[in-house]
Amino acid sequence: MSAVGHYLEDEGIPTAGISLVREHSEVMRPPRALWVPFMLGRPLGAPNSPQFQRTVLRAVLALFERPSGPVLEDFPHDAPASAELPPDDDGSGEACPVLFGRPRTAGAPGLADALQEEIAQLRPWHDLGARRRGGSGVGISGLSPEQAGAFVAAFLGATPPANPRPGQPLGQTLKFAVDDLRAFYEEAAAVQPGELSAAALQRWFYLETVVGEVLRAARQAALAGPDESVRLVAERSLVPRAMLQSAAG
Amino acid sequence: MARLSDLQEWEREHLLHLRDQAPRFTSQPWVDGPPLAQRRVALISTAGLHRREDRPFSGGAGATEYRVIPQDAAAGDLVMSHVSVNFDRAGFRRDAELVFPLTRLKELAADGEIGSVAAFHYSFMGAPFPPTRFEPKAREVAGLLKRDGVDAAVLLPV
Repeated sequence: MSAVGHYLEDEGIPTAGISLVREHSEVMRPPRALWVPFMLGRPLGAPNSPQFQRTVLRAVLALFERPSGPVLEDFPHDAPASAELPPDDDGSGEACPVLFGRPRTAGAPGLADALQEEIAQLRPWHDLGARRRGGSGVGISGLSPEQAGAFVAAFLGATPPANPRPGQPLGQTLKFAVDDLRAFYEEAAAVQPGELSAAALQRWFYLETVVGEVLRAARQAALAGPDESVRLVAERSLVPRAMLQSAAG
Repeated sequence: MARLSDLQEWEREHLLHLRDQAPRFTSQPWVDGPPLAQRRVALISTAGLHRREDRPFSGGAGATEYRVIPQDAAAGDLVMSHVSVNFDRAGFRRDAELVFPLTRLKELAADGEIGSVAAFHYSFMGAPFPPTRFEPKAREVAGLLKRDGVDAAVLLPV
């Protein structure tokens, strides 16, 4: 981010940025930066908190009025807690989104069927969430959640599945399908009663659902598979490192 | 939460490694402008955001591309195809303004705190390293911002 700002300013566009990692801004020295004590992925602090978001945005914009720089200022407030857990709580004690049973048998076909069942259970919640949000974040793979689930589960088979998007590497299609599944699940969970913390939602998705089990198993299979693009995605981008460590522990 | 001391050891070490490997710019450009209430403001995100109908971000040579987000884009039409899985996306699922505060910006314009909201905003995917790889596309966006009359770009990482 600091590099993009450097080039914009060098071309004559005044810039001011949010800094999520102060140590990076200290060495990159962008013209104007506001360090905020928020988690990665949340530059404005908290969802559905318009007043707090305006306060953060005003603080960034205020840097444009400084006479000289570089400016690296600290935002003085933590994100409002809302119903979420404190940031040092990993969410393991929270109630999970509701899933009514996990009908399944051992082995890949059982997991694939259980995944379709799980997606079907979450579908009404997801569609309600999409209506409230004004749209759904699902859609980058071009597959429906049901198709994405079947595609990802097929990596558990003896041979990798055919690429439903042959214009791009199989690994890229896998990554987009997984992103869509995660969006589908998180949007479904977001609309259920009670507000889960980011940590609890992550644990739920990767460690406590059928899709999480499929992803971890697919990752193992993909790492040993023949397609380099799939191996690369499996290594870096299928499951967050923290969740792999939790699953192993 | 983004205090390094609050992160897990591997994540802290990763971010410190990126810091140590980050380029040091020899110049420090600084551009002045009019008072904030007269400025035209654009949002520049590195969250890998785009409209649903746009091409998703990908790795390789296309990783430093950008996507255009028009002022009238609805929050519900924005999707995120960032390659990294190691930052929170659950907040964005609940409220796109958390990552891309276009409505908040319009509110500040309506209140007269800024001059106006740019016609077009932009998103990169902030994963490629070293970040100097962004130079050609960032300079390209600068040209587009000038044509839009933008004199304040707000940079939003994830």
